[in-house]
Amino acid sequence: MNKKLRNENYIRYVERKSPKSSWFKSLFHAFLVGGAICVFGQMVSDILKSYFPLMDLLTIGAWASVSIIVITIILTGLGVFDRIARFGGAGTVVPISGFANSIASCAIEFKKEGLVFGLGAKMFYIAGPVIANGVLFSLIVGLISLIF
Amino acid sequence: MNKKIGKSTYELEHPVSIIASGAYVGSKEGCGPFSDYFNNVAIDDTLGEKSFEKAERKFFEMSLKETLFSARLKISDLDYIVGGDILNQLVSVNYTARDYSLALVGLYGACSTMSESLAVASIMVSSGVGDIVACLTGSHFSAAERQYRNPLEFGNQRQTYSQWTATGAGCSVIAKNGDGPKITRVCFGKVTDFGISDIANMGAAMAPAAFETLKSFFIDTKTTPDDYDLIATGDLGKLGADILRDLLKKEKITLGSNYMDCGHSLFREEQKTFQGGSGAGCSAVVFNTYIMEKLKNKEFKKVLLVATGALMSTTLNQQGETIPCIAHLVQIEN
Amino acid sequence: MITSLLMYLKVLLVGGTICMIGEIIIITTKLTPARILVVFLMIGAVLGGFNVYQYIIEWAGAGATIPITGFGAGLARGAIIGAKTNGLFGALGGGLIATSVGIAVSIGLSYLIAFFTNSKTKKN
Repeated sequence: MNKKLRNENYIRYVERKSPKSSWFKSLFHAFLVGGAICVFGQMVSDILKSYFPLMDLLTIGAWASVSIIVITIILTGLGVFDRIARFGGAGTVVPISGFANSIASCAIEFKKEGLVFGLGAKMFYIAGPVIANGVLFSLIVGLISLIF
Repeated sequence: MNKKIGKSTYELEHPVSIIASGAYVGSKEGCGPFSDYFNNVAIDDTLGEKSFEKAERKFFEMSLKETLFSARLKISDLDYIVGGDILNQLVSVNYTARDYSLALVGLYGACSTMSESLAVASIMVSSGVGDIVACLTGSHFSAAERQYRNPLEFGNQRQTYSQWTATGAGCSVIAKNGDGPKITRVCFGKVTDFGISDIANMGAAMAPAAFETLKSFFIDTKTTPDDYDLIATGDLGKLGADILRDLLKKEKITLGSNYMDCGHSLFREEQKTFQGGSGAGCSAVVFNTYIMEKLKNKEFKKVLLVATGALMSTTLNQQGETIPCIAHLVQIEN
Repeated sequence: MITSLLMYLKVLLVGGTICMIGEIIIITTKLTPARILVVFLMIGAVLGGFNVYQYIIEWAGAGATIPITGFGAGLARGAIIGAKTNGLFGALGGGLIATSVGIAVSIGLSYLIAFFTNSKTKKN
């Protein structure tokens, strides 16, 4: 039998046979956890606004992000965050917590290989592409807006 | 001379004996269905070591020591060890051999290493190369996770069709003469690739390899699955085992209730490993405890061990290659 | 009180929906979380570049700034503002300046926490 055809048939068969994760449940979990993280960010913003009425919106937003980053990294260090993530799925990956967790988890994991090539280099194993692509995009946007 | 039967099966002229066997497993495996068969369970799976790679090595050491102890052998009685693990450069078995100044035949067969080392060692011993030889194989969940997947603390959801790398190491001591179950036939498997590239779906990737090996073995020996008391695949998991049944059914070979998958049976459903265990340690610990004990007390007389391995490289996978897989078979009789 | 309650509802709705879209992409395409992060960052940067994301932020507050899309939009917006106020210099550095706090805190705190904690084997 033709190998390519055999493989295509097999992949289709495996696709059918593999257990599916429950759509409703995982979407609901993602919505709930992701929404809750954002609501927490909003609460931090509101508290800051009431204490520092003169602070501009961008700074308040940045502080809200920082608060979530700090909590995520501490929870990652305590070994709790991955349990929340297992429940929330994309609900923890898509908010800024996913970014913070990817840096912290790599730092903790690879420190055994030393501070330079372990912690320093591999810290960006997952977050590196995010920063690289983000900076690249901001460069393009900046240069375009300079022209127009 | 060892005899070749059919296309790829070899019959040993002088069957060799497995005179001792043992395993050292992690705590999660120790809570599984085989808990009664595991004599040595680690409470803390770092075993007091600083890194998970070192912990895996310690598992190797402990299982080797315990097994030799149970057979009243010393390390200096061994001619060499045959074995491997799933980490890069076979670090666990290499460093274990270094620490005890042992000769080593290192094999990489991914999760198929247990049956591969049994096959290689039995052929070597039966043809006069060595008298007492240890086969040593294992894996560690956390060490495998950081090499093949994500950091442990990284928050992601595991796919429902994924498997859990078993923590533990198993050791069999093979001798030319001695009491114990005998290895009579071996069959080296073809490297098989049915185009699966999803590294989470190992069961589906490896099932075709087990299928090819079992099919050619049954054709070569003119036997059927019912001629054996137990047919054990290595770590296909629940999904992979179901696929293997389907694939064999198409060739009119039906696996009955004498078929089991070590990976699927290693954990309970509520341990949330989804499809079951995987890794080189999976078939190593199940074979060296549960299967060997049943062989010794003659509950099983003829057993086929078909450990399967995904010869996967994360580098080549990122370059767009699919996963080649392999399965080696050994027939053990008592 | 009612207005702030309504605001929280909006935050939950928008933030939750963005995450839900992420989950849909994960289920249907089997993309790894690392790729999801990049994809959402890109979406945010494009929306931010066309000045669309600003309206979502105004409407839903943290529901739009906390997801990684907000990070991408911040990068794009920083570059645009930089280009307007500082010319070429601002266009090159504006994106990073706008998001530098988040990145700096992530790196600094991760470095720190790595000294005090070890990764642990998972139960499931």
